[in-house]
Amino acid sequence: MSTTQAVEESDETLALQQGRPPLNVVYEWLTTVDHKKIGLMYIAYALVFLLVAGVEALLMRIQLAIPNNHFVSPQVFNQLFTMHGTTMIFFVGMPILFGFGNYLVPLMIGARDMAFPRLNAFSFWISAFAGILLYFSYVGASGLYAAGSAPDVGWFAYAPLTARVFSPGHSTDYWTLAIFLSGIGSIGTALNIVTTIVSMRCKSMKMSRMPLLVWLYLVMAALVFVAVSPLTAAQIMLTLDRYLGAHFFDTQAGGSAVLWMHFFWIFGHPEVYVLVLPAFAFVNEIVPVFSRKAIFGYPAMVAASVGIGFISLSVWAHHMFTVGMDAAANTFFVFATMVISVPTGIKIFNWLATIWGGKVIFATPMIFCVGFLFQFLIAGLTGIMLSAAPFDWQLGNSYFVVAHFHYVLVGGILFALFAAFYYWYPKITGRMMSEKLGKWHFWLFLIGFHLTFDFMHVPGLLGMPRRIYTYEAGRGWGALNFLVGVGAIFQAAGLLCFLYNMIRSYYHGKEASHDPWDAWTLEWSTTSPPPDYNFATVPTVNSRRPLWDLKHPEDPDSDYE
Amino acid sequence: MLVLSVTLAIFLIVAGLLLYALVRYRHRPEDSDREPAQIYGSNQIELSWTVIPILIVVMLFLATTRVILGTQGIPKPEQTTNVTVIGHQFWWEYRYPELGVVTANELHIPISDPAKPMPTYLTMSSADVSHSFWVPRLAGKTDVIPNRVNTMWIDPQQAGLYLGQCAQYCGSQHAKMLLRVYAQSPADFAAWVSQQKKPAQQDFTGNAAAAEGQTVFMHNACINCHAVGGTAATGRFGPDLTHLASRDTIASGAIENTPANLRKWIDDPSSMKPGSLMPPMHLNQHDLDAITAYLTQLR
Amino acid sequence: MRDANAIPIESIDGPVETPWTLPYRGTVGMACLILAEAAIFVIFVVAYIFYLGKSVSGPTPREVLELPIFGTICLLSSSITVHFAVSALRQGKLRNCSLHLAGTVLLGLIFLITTAQEWYHLIHDEGLTIQTNLFGSTYYSLVGLHATHVVVGLLMLSLVLGFSLFGLVKEEHSEKLEVLSLYWHFVDGVWVVVFLVVYVLGR
Repeated sequence: MSTTQAVEESDETLALQQGRPPLNVVYEWLTTVDHKKIGLMYIAYALVFLLVAGVEALLMRIQLAIPNNHFVSPQVFNQLFTMHGTTMIFFVGMPILFGFGNYLVPLMIGARDMAFPRLNAFSFWISAFAGILLYFSYVGASGLYAAGSAPDVGWFAYAPLTARVFSPGHSTDYWTLAIFLSGIGSIGTALNIVTTIVSMRCKSMKMSRMPLLVWLYLVMAALVFVAVSPLTAAQIMLTLDRYLGAHFFDTQAGGSAVLWMHFFWIFGHPEVYVLVLPAFAFVNEIVPVFSRKAIFGYPAMVAASVGIGFISLSVWAHHMFTVGMDAAANTFFVFATMVISVPTGIKIFNWLATIWGGKVIFATPMIFCVGFLFQFLIAGLTGIMLSAAPFDWQLGNSYFVVAHFHYVLVGGILFALFAAFYYWYPKITGRMMSEKLGKWHFWLFLIGFHLTFDFMHVPGLLGMPRRIYTYEAGRGWGALNFLVGVGAIFQAAGLLCFLYNMIRSYYHGKEASHDPWDAWTLEWSTTSPPPDYNFATVPTVNSRRPLWDLKHPEDPDSDYE
Repeated sequence: MLVLSVTLAIFLIVAGLLLYALVRYRHRPEDSDREPAQIYGSNQIELSWTVIPILIVVMLFLATTRVILGTQGIPKPEQTTNVTVIGHQFWWEYRYPELGVVTANELHIPISDPAKPMPTYLTMSSADVSHSFWVPRLAGKTDVIPNRVNTMWIDPQQAGLYLGQCAQYCGSQHAKMLLRVYAQSPADFAAWVSQQKKPAQQDFTGNAAAAEGQTVFMHNACINCHAVGGTAATGRFGPDLTHLASRDTIASGAIENTPANLRKWIDDPSSMKPGSLMPPMHLNQHDLDAITAYLTQLR
Repeated sequence: MRDANAIPIESIDGPVETPWTLPYRGTVGMACLILAEAAIFVIFVVAYIFYLGKSVSGPTPREVLELPIFGTICLLSSSITVHFAVSALRQGKLRNCSLHLAGTVLLGLIFLITTAQEWYHLIHDEGLTIQTNLFGSTYYSLVGLHATHVVVGLLMLSLVLGFSLFGLVKEEHSEKLEVLSLYWHFVDGVWVVVFLVVYVLGR
């Protein structure tokens, strides 16, 4: 640590950072290849789209708050749910998780940057362009007020609805091209992550000593290769159909609508694991620190994570139980889906065992992790319900499914992301976020989340299908939909609280030391924020918790590993 | 039920333990600064919470397989009412091949008696994009997919009206592609069938408006999309209108079938179901009155 | 694989015991790219196999496809020449490397020409286009996707060939050339699969 400080004091370039003309700063960010800046750009970009997609959700909830509402037209509503889903998955979820990965992985393995810095920058900018392209569709054709040419085919764009004959105009093409480009960016970043983890670890950091976050990002990136590519292939086929008259999904010429579904879900299911594995990663780092105990069962956690990665490739057709596959196929996918609950359960039990016997500190990062633990448990259990095909025959494509996956994405992944923000904000900015505002954020968002998504299960059970812009009175869905909408407002309030906290703390937050949480992984050994070169001296490690070893020389982890 | 109780039990146990751990092991101000004992793992504990979930999964899987095979695997029963269902954007076509009936949007079926089962066997496909047939109180949903034939059976034991709607996003009016299944006693069903088998009403003596309406109808583009049994109208793109007046609703369950509504629909379908594929017919007021008078006679 | 840039780092506690070498990042990166591209090809092959025999009309594979023996031999040989180019560079035989690179590019170009000839025949004589039927759609997209990858590979190889003719490619670049050769081997490997699925099994 002292060598780092000495080097920073003599590093004159740091002093030059103050008071530079704004244009220079902008140019620096536009042309940077530094993983930390690229990571932050990914995160900022994702937060902007989070707000936009959140507004889209609010508009939908207002339309659905009462039966037979006329707040938006059916066409606009159909565009809203398509854009909301597409944006949240591709322009919020993926970038924000790639952003954290970009920032943290090199720091945690003692590297100075990612393996391919220029590819890193390219991947970010092509993804950014893709998002802007998708939103440009709003101003096409009939113009902004009528939601232009924004896609209206649903985020999974089932064939043959996406064929030229059923979707004239360019709305589908915006969807296809934007996601295709973002897929290229995703593959680029994933390639970078894998190569960095394999080839750039600091000396003595064997794979078995990597932090669990790094393991999970390794599995996630490997999944990206095998998951995103099928979607890319299917989109090429769709574009060939639409523009060169091919017949891949042209049912009139013998093509198969079900083939699109297979290809899409071969992408779609691993994709949600791509999104959730980093959430596990954050929890794996935060829960031990705030329980003051090492993670319980590190080898099992690694095995479970890798196992989840592999099994997730075999469960895709549980999204297709109602398509009319034969009993053998249905049974196989039931089995594979149920099996994946075993490694997932192991992870939950390991987290429980980490907390057990510890000294739990309920700082903001930890309370969000607690939310994650309960909510992810529930989400997993509703998933098990849905994995029983006969259950799914009733509840598939209904609001029960919508409630289930939002439970995972919002109750699980978003809560874990909030925890990650509060935990690493001091490292990134050198300031602490306000605990008081953090608690406001938590409680507002928790109330909103549960109001919305707990109640949302019920209309599904009562027969309400998804993607409908309105519903009849007298079905018994009205009051529940109204409550769901109220919850959305609380969530918006919580989110605003969070954004205010981030901005205010940047200027007025308490200054953070290099290790405000008394944590144990390498990123906490350098300054807050880290210098451009990350570490003055490339560290070496003797165990999974190098800083624990330094702080507890009488009882280092290396004695037990 | 098994799935529900197992998942509920798991939730109560795990959430309970979690809650307990968070309360019992919270950091108290009077605690010493010493870190708690660092436990890295335990082979026995980890083994047990691997094996027990595997056993639970096996049990759930076997129970689920039994239901799947019990639904999908059974042979087609002896006595069934066979209906061919064809999904369209945004309406349902029903054909009873053995009974010689073609209708749309309102499915009539006989109820079944456990002593003498008479289920209804649905053979389904789509004329355009993917739809899904879902009447929750009767059965789970089955997708209705172009270039693919799916089958399912329903077996209501109680007479009544069962509501549902299309459950696979199919375009702008997916929300109003509603399902109405009328389960009737065998006698009522037989009466309905015999009424539906008759060709359309063509004799309108004493009802000048309806007679005129028939002429207007047959000379307009209506006949390109709609069929009226026994007349020159044989279009298949839109619903069969032979017995339109016998239905409670129009526009696939979305609108009550009254003369005023019918007139408004024909004038401009998009005013009531925006995105419907029926174009406005641009008829003058007089013709609209006539056609409405005609169609309301087609019982 | 040895990291060509590995320098022994003194640890804070003492001298290095064993050398810390990690795989060369270029190779790892290329392996990842190959994995992703392989997944894309798998989907196109699956579509091809799925739609065999399902065309509603039009020419069938058996009627119009002939085994592209000559092109295949050229393409697969180009894997051998590129291998020799890499080993030549490793031994510092720069002219030898240029020669083998030229051979690789030439053989690749011949393959593309035979493909072009085949397509010309199919379109003009047999009337098979991507629009004709399911076979046309799946055939042209799969073979076309492969041909696109051949084009990209040839562009890269030509670039390196150009550099080498100016004497800019040296022994220390051998690891990078090997990474490029991995891509080329992948392209050839895909062709083996396409050949078997389209021209052998599918007919």
